[in-house]
Amino acid sequence: MLVYIIRRLLMLIPILLLVSFIAFFVIELPPGDWVTTYVSQLRASGIELSSQEAQRLSQLYGLDQPSYIRYFKWIEGIVLRGDFGWSFQWGKPVGEVIAERLPITLTISLLALVFSWLVAIPIGIYSATHQYSLVDYLATFIGFIGLATPGFLLAMILAWAANQYFGFSALGLYSTEFLDKPWSMAKAIDMLKHLILPLIIIGMASAGSTIRVLRGNLLDELKKQYVVTARAKGLSEMQLLFKYPVRLALNPVFSTIGWLLPAIFAGEVLISIVLSVPSIGPLLLRSTLAQDMYLTGSIVLILSALTIVGSLISDIYLAWADPRIRYGGLSK
Amino acid sequence: MSTHLSERTEGGVTGSTPFIDEAEDRSIGTVDERLEAADERFYYANPWKLIMWRFRRHRLAMISLVVLALLYLGAVFAEFISPYTATWRAEGFQMMPPTKIHVFHEGSLHRPFVYALEKTLDQETFKYVFTEDTSTPYPILFFTQGVEYKMWGQWPMSIHLFGTGEDAPAIMLFGSDELGRDIFSRTIYGSRISLSIGLFGVLISFMIGIAIGGISGYFGGTTDEVIQRMIDVIISIPLIPFWMALSAALPRTWTSTQTFLAITLILAAVTWTGLARVVRGKLLALREEDYALAAQVAGASKARIIFRHLMPGFTSHLIVSVTLAIPVAILGETALSFLGLGIQPPAVSWGVLLKDAQDLVAVAQQPWRLIPAIFVIGTVLLFNFVGDGLRDAADPYSA
Amino acid sequence: MENANNVLVDIQDLKVQFFLHEGTVHALEGVSFQIQQGKTLGVIGESGSGKSVTAQAIMGIIPSPPGKVVDGRVLLNLPENGASVRVVNVTELPPSGSEIRSIRGKEVSMIFQEPMTSFSPVHTLGNQIMEAVRIHYPEVSKREARERAIEMMRRVGIPRPEERIDAYPFQFSGGMRQRAMIAMSLVCNPRLVIADEPTTALDVTIEAQILELLKDLQAEFGMSIMYISHDLTVVGGVADDVVVMYLGLVMEQASTNELFDNPLHPYTEALWRSIPTIDGDLDRLTPIRGALPSPFAVHQGCPFFSRCEKRIPGVCDVSRPPMVEVRPQHWVRCFLYTESK
Repeated sequence: MLVYIIRRLLMLIPILLLVSFIAFFVIELPPGDWVTTYVSQLRASGIELSSQEAQRLSQLYGLDQPSYIRYFKWIEGIVLRGDFGWSFQWGKPVGEVIAERLPITLTISLLALVFSWLVAIPIGIYSATHQYSLVDYLATFIGFIGLATPGFLLAMILAWAANQYFGFSALGLYSTEFLDKPWSMAKAIDMLKHLILPLIIIGMASAGSTIRVLRGNLLDELKKQYVVTARAKGLSEMQLLFKYPVRLALNPVFSTIGWLLPAIFAGEVLISIVLSVPSIGPLLLRSTLAQDMYLTGSIVLILSALTIVGSLISDIYLAWADPRIRYGGLSK
Repeated sequence: MSTHLSERTEGGVTGSTPFIDEAEDRSIGTVDERLEAADERFYYANPWKLIMWRFRRHRLAMISLVVLALLYLGAVFAEFISPYTATWRAEGFQMMPPTKIHVFHEGSLHRPFVYALEKTLDQETFKYVFTEDTSTPYPILFFTQGVEYKMWGQWPMSIHLFGTGEDAPAIMLFGSDELGRDIFSRTIYGSRISLSIGLFGVLISFMIGIAIGGISGYFGGTTDEVIQRMIDVIISIPLIPFWMALSAALPRTWTSTQTFLAITLILAAVTWTGLARVVRGKLLALREEDYALAAQVAGASKARIIFRHLMPGFTSHLIVSVTLAIPVAILGETALSFLGLGIQPPAVSWGVLLKDAQDLVAVAQQPWRLIPAIFVIGTVLLFNFVGDGLRDAADPYSA
Repeated sequence: MENANNVLVDIQDLKVQFFLHEGTVHALEGVSFQIQQGKTLGVIGESGSGKSVTAQAIMGIIPSPPGKVVDGRVLLNLPENGASVRVVNVTELPPSGSEIRSIRGKEVSMIFQEPMTSFSPVHTLGNQIMEAVRIHYPEVSKREARERAIEMMRRVGIPRPEERIDAYPFQFSGGMRQRAMIAMSLVCNPRLVIADEPTTALDVTIEAQILELLKDLQAEFGMSIMYISHDLTVVGGVADDVVVMYLGLVMEQASTNELFDNPLHPYTEALWRSIPTIDGDLDRLTPIRGALPSPFAVHQGCPFFSRCEKRIPGVCDVSRPPMVEVRPQHWVRCFLYTESK
C-alpha cells in the first residue's frame, strides 16, 4: 500500500511539469502580450506611449526574452521560491493575488462536492432499490435537467428569483453592509447565506451525474450472485444492502473524484463570474482578457494540480477499498 | 413516456428471466435445435438491424431523434424559416413581448392572425406598455414576401415560411430585444452556429480520438503508457478555465468564420480524450477475445485484425460516445460565448443570445429573453435521450 | 414417502409464475415432492425445468417482482427441543420478514453454482462465513465465530484455514472457493443444504472431490441435501432418490437405483440416450429432438408432447397426465402408464 502511494506520488512530478508546460504555452498563444494590451488600453484612454517606453516596460517585466526562457524562470521560481511570477494587472506577486481568492474557491468547491454527495447518495440508493417509483422518475428527471441546464443560466435564474421573491441579493460573498466590517457572527451567517446559492447550483450539476452513476452501478450490483448468497444466509434486506451492493456501487462514485473535480472547478469559475463571488473565477476571466499571463497560467496550473491531487486521493481510496486493486498493485 | 424514460437509463436491466440461466444451457440439446422458427429472425439478424429494432423500442429516443432532425433542418434553412433576419430591427418596437396569435376576431372564428401593437408610456412606472389594437386583424401569411436575405449567403431572396406581409405589424413569436430584433429569428439563426459547432467539434475530436486511441491500442506498451498519461493530464485540466485561456488567445480582429472554426477546434482539443479512451479500452479488451486470437492464428495482420475484426465490435459504442459528446460541446460554446470569449456579435449563437440576456434586471422585465435557453436545454436533453436510447440498443445481444 | 415422520420438506402442488413485460412464465405448474431427513434428493432437468425456482421457493428467495408463488405450500418440519415439531409453510411467510430470515442459512442453506461470483469480492471469506454465524447466533462472540469458521474451513479441506480466513475470494481457486461456499453453508449446522449445480463451473477432477466431500459431510452432520443438476451421472452418484423435472412439472420420481434401472418416462429415457458412456458407441448418441418450447407457452396437455417419441396424439396434447405409481415407490406422469393400469 505504501509502495503504491509512493509510486503514485513520484508519478505526480512529470504530470505536474507537463501540466505547467501546457498551461504556460496556452497562455503564450495569443499574439501580443501584456504590454501591447496595456499600451492599447492606454491609447484608448488617450495616453500615447512611445515605442521606447513600451520596450522599457517589456524589459522590466522580462517580456522581451524568448518564451522558453521565461517558462524556465517561471518554473524555477515556483519550485525554488514558491514564487508564481508577477501580476502586471494587479501590480503584485501572483501568489498574493491568488492566495486571497483560492480559499473561497476551494471552500465552495469542496462544500459543493460534499453537498452533491449528501444529495446524490441517498437518492441514488433509493432510486435503484425502488426502481420505477415516483422518486426514481423524479430523480432521473432532475438528473437530466441538472445535466442539461448550463450552470450559469441556473445561477442567473435563481439569483433573480432570490431577489424577486425573498428580496435577497445573492450577488457577492457578503451583503454590502458587511463589506468593511470585521469578522462577526452576523457576517459569518451572512456569508453562509450567500454561499447557499453557488453550492446548490454547482452541487446539483454533479449530483445529477452522481445519481445516474450510482443508480446504474447499484442496479448492476443488485443483480449479482453475491447478493443472493447474502440473502440466503438470512441477512436482512437493509444490512445486506449496505454491507454489500452499496459499498461496491459507491466505489466508482468516489473513485471518479478525479473527473468530478474539473467539472466542479469549472462550474465554480463560471458561477462565481455570474454571481460576482470574489473567487478565482472572475479573477481568471479578467486576467485572460488582459493577457496577465503569469496570473492566468498559475491559476490554470493550480486548479489542474488540485484536480490531480484529487484523483490521486480517489485512487488511493479505491486501492484501500478494493482488495483486488490493493493486492494487484503490490504484486506488480 | 415516463416508462421509457426510466427503461432507458439503466441499460436494459428490465425483464430478467431468472430461471433461464445461461449456465444451464450446457444441458441436453444444442442451441440450434432449440430455436423456434419464429425466433430465427432474431437470431440470424445482423447486429445493425438488431440495434435499429431495439432503438425503435425506445419511443422517447425516437421522438428525440425526430425533434433533433427538425432542429437541424431549421438551422439549415434558417433564412427561410425565420420571418426576419438576425439583424433586422423593428423600429419603435424594442423589448416587445411575444406576439399573441389569435383565431377569434369579434367573436367569430378567423384564420390565425395578429393584432397591431400600440406602445404607450405608463405615467406611473415610466415603462413602455404594449396594448393590442383589436380593430384590424392581420392574418399570418405563409410563403410570403418579407425582409430580403441571402440564402446561404449566396442567393438574394425575400420569401419566408411565414410572416405578416408588407404594411402589417411584425410577428415576433419570442418577442424582441432592446434593439427591436426578432428573438425567434435570432434563435433560428443562432441554432446554425450552436448546433453545427457541436457536430463539427465532435467530428474533429472523433477523428483525433480514433487516431490516438487506435495508436494507443494498436502499439500498446510504452506508446500506450505515454499516451494514457498525456490523456490523464489533459483530463485533469478543468475544462472551462482551459477553454477560457485558449479562446482568449483568439484575436478580436478575426472574422466570425475564423472565430467559429477556432472555437470548434478549441472544443475538440479537449473532448477527444474521452473518445480516445473508449477506442483504446475497447481495443485492449477485444484483443483478448477468442475471435481475435482466432484471426491471429489464421494469419491476419495486426491492422486487419483491428479494422476488420475488432472495430466493428464497438462502432456502436463509438456512436453512443459521439452522441453524448455533442451536447457537451454545445454547452461549451454557450458558456464561452456567454463569457464573451466565444462567438462574437454580430454573429449569432445561442450563447450570444444568452449573453444579451445577462442583465438580471432586464430579464426580470422581459422574461422572454430567456427563451433561447429553452433551446439550449432542450437540445442537450434530446441528445442525451438519443444517446441513452442508443446505448441500450448498442449491445444487441444482451437481454 | 416411506415414512411421514422422516419428512423434512414437503412441497405440495407448488405453482410459481413470473410476470414479465413479455408475458407470464409458468415456471412451476404444480410441483410436489418430499425431502427425507438425512437423505439426498437429486433434482434433474434442463434449463427452464423449474428446478432452481423450486430451490428458491424453499428458501423464500424467489425474486419478487416479477416472481410470485400463486398456489401450493412448502412445508418445513423443523424439530424443536425433543419430540415436538414446528411446521412452517414458507410460502406464507413475508419474504424479508424475521421468521423466514431465521430459517435461511440456519435451517436451510444453499450452495450456489458460481463460486466466482457468489462471494462479495471486497470482503474476506472469513468475514462472510463468520457473518452467517453472527446473524443466527448473536450471542456468539466474534472470536468464537472466527474459531467456528476456521474449524469448518478445515473440515471442508481448506489448507491452513487460520491464515486463509483473512484472504479474499479472488485469492482462492475455483475449487477452494466452492469448498469455502460449502463451509459457509454448513457453519450453522442446517437441516437441509440445497446444492444448486455446485460443480457445473468446476473441472471434472475437482467435481469428484466436491461430491465426495458432500457425502462425507452428510455422514458426519446428518443433514439432508437437495442436489440440483442437469447431469444424470452426477445425480446418480450422490442421490438416494431422484426427481425428474420438465417445464415446471415433476415427470418421474423414484429411488436412484430404481430410476436408473427402469426409466419409465419417455423424457427420462431420452435423457439416458443423450449421455455418452465410456464403453458406449459415440455415434449412437441421440439428442432429444425438437427445441425446448418458449417459456411463455401454456401447455394444456403434457409439456413434453412436442418432443416426445411415444406421444399419443389426441390424448397427450388434450389433458395433463396424472402422476401414477407404476411400480412400488416409482411415480410417472405419462399416459402410457395410466392406460395400461
